[in-house]
Amino acid sequence: MQDLGAAFHTALQLVATGDPAMLRIVTLSLQVSIAAVGIAALLGLPLGALLAVARFPGRQALIIGLNALMGLPPVVAGLLVYLLLSRSGLLGSLGLLFTPGAMVLAQAVLIMPILAALSRQVLEGLWEEYAEQLRSFGAGPCRAVPTLLWDGRFALLTVLLAGFGRASAEVGAVMIVGGNIEGFTRMMTTAIALETSKGDLPLALALGLVLMAIVLGVNAAAQGLRDAAARSAG
Amino acid sequence: MRAPGTGLPLVAERLRYAAGGVTILDGVSLTIEAGPPTLIIGPNGAGKSVLLRLLHGLLRPDTGHIAWGGPAAPRGAPRGAMVFQRPVLLRRSVRANVLYPLGLAGLGRAERARRADAALALVGLAALADRPARRLSGGEQQRLALARAQALAPELLFLDEPCASLDPAATRAVEEIATAIAAAGTKIVMTTHDLGQARRLAGEVVFLHRGRVLEQAPAQRFFAGAVTSEAADFLRGALVW
Repeated sequence: MQDLGAAFHTALQLVATGDPAMLRIVTLSLQVSIAAVGIAALLGLPLGALLAVARFPGRQALIIGLNALMGLPPVVAGLLVYLLLSRSGLLGSLGLLFTPGAMVLAQAVLIMPILAALSRQVLEGLWEEYAEQLRSFGAGPCRAVPTLLWDGRFALLTVLLAGFGRASAEVGAVMIVGGNIEGFTRMMTTAIALETSKGDLPLALALGLVLMAIVLGVNAAAQGLRDAAARSAG
Repeated sequence: MRAPGTGLPLVAERLRYAAGGVTILDGVSLTIEAGPPTLIIGPNGAGKSVLLRLLHGLLRPDTGHIAWGGPAAPRGAPRGAMVFQRPVLLRRSVRANVLYPLGLAGLGRAERARRADAALALVGLAALADRPARRLSGGEQQRLALARAQALAPELLFLDEPCASLDPAATRAVEEIATAIAAAGTKIVMTTHDLGQARRLAGEVVFLHRGRVLEQAPAQRFFAGAVTSEAADFLRGALVW
């Protein structure tokens, strides 16, 4: 209990004084996770929409595979990206290992299946409703994909939030490919892990509280945005 | 409004369609000529909606074929539009709903806007153009679906029981719009199980019973005296199934 009280005190102090080290960590965490969500969405949402509308051999297997990958352990995602970016890896020449770019890539790999699988589920219901009418208009599956993505935009915002939550909360992937280098690749989660193992529990807890506050804020903002947009667009 | 020349008549020959082992249509031959509306009537389960979907190209017949027989018979893209029993509206504004299929049809921006405004004026929804489409009442939604189909300037407009879930006032509005569209030269093919509606709108009647066309005749002649006993029973209001 003492730890928790001290943690609140430290958290408030960190936020109130605008501790530059903490600000750097928070900023980097947000940048990396938002970039990862952006990249994963670019691939995952159209893939999900395509899986919702198209019928082809192997579709069911692909869906099962994506659903299984939703549970991909972050350390495994990190390891795969590590192998890809290591000096002998396929993308080793880019020199991305132990940079924020590597962390973005690892988180994107981690959450892309989540975005694809969830958007497939959300958009399949919409497609069931739209399919006959769109075919009557002469729109094929390829034309239906952007239509579904736009008309399902409010539901997809929730999907993006799920992806952001997963990305900002994971520690294994960014630890492996980022290396937790102070001032360069140290994130909220890797800092918490480090402070915990150093025994500075109040600081670790304080960072955890700040992280939760950020995630809460992002979700509240997105929900507000969604409600406002839904009110005006039906 | 429309390109000169017509793809009509639409000729269907010996259509057969089964789903899940149940034969829904069997040996349906039908010619849809230009002119006043053709009403496909018959009891529930006669296969009216399936026949409409086959004619529109949403379903493929198991056997038989459908072809445009006119001098300007179109290739590839169907020249039909369809309004469904329950309108499927996009989660967009009223106006965007009308613009969407016009964009798919490859029309230019100015032409799309012109047609959309004209269609919304026709159905009396111009004032609601910026509202979210799905906030409209049931009758307004069906009128929007009609505007959306009419804006495409189709040769053939299929209406599948468009008034089945509407109250009398909304039904009347839909019938007036359909009449106006037909008067402007679009051929309407419509299903209904409402005899009163068929009497009000039909130029020609196709009587469908258990997956077969039992009669196709000008409306006056059909209502004056049906030839088959099934159609006569249906007209008398006996329970036909």
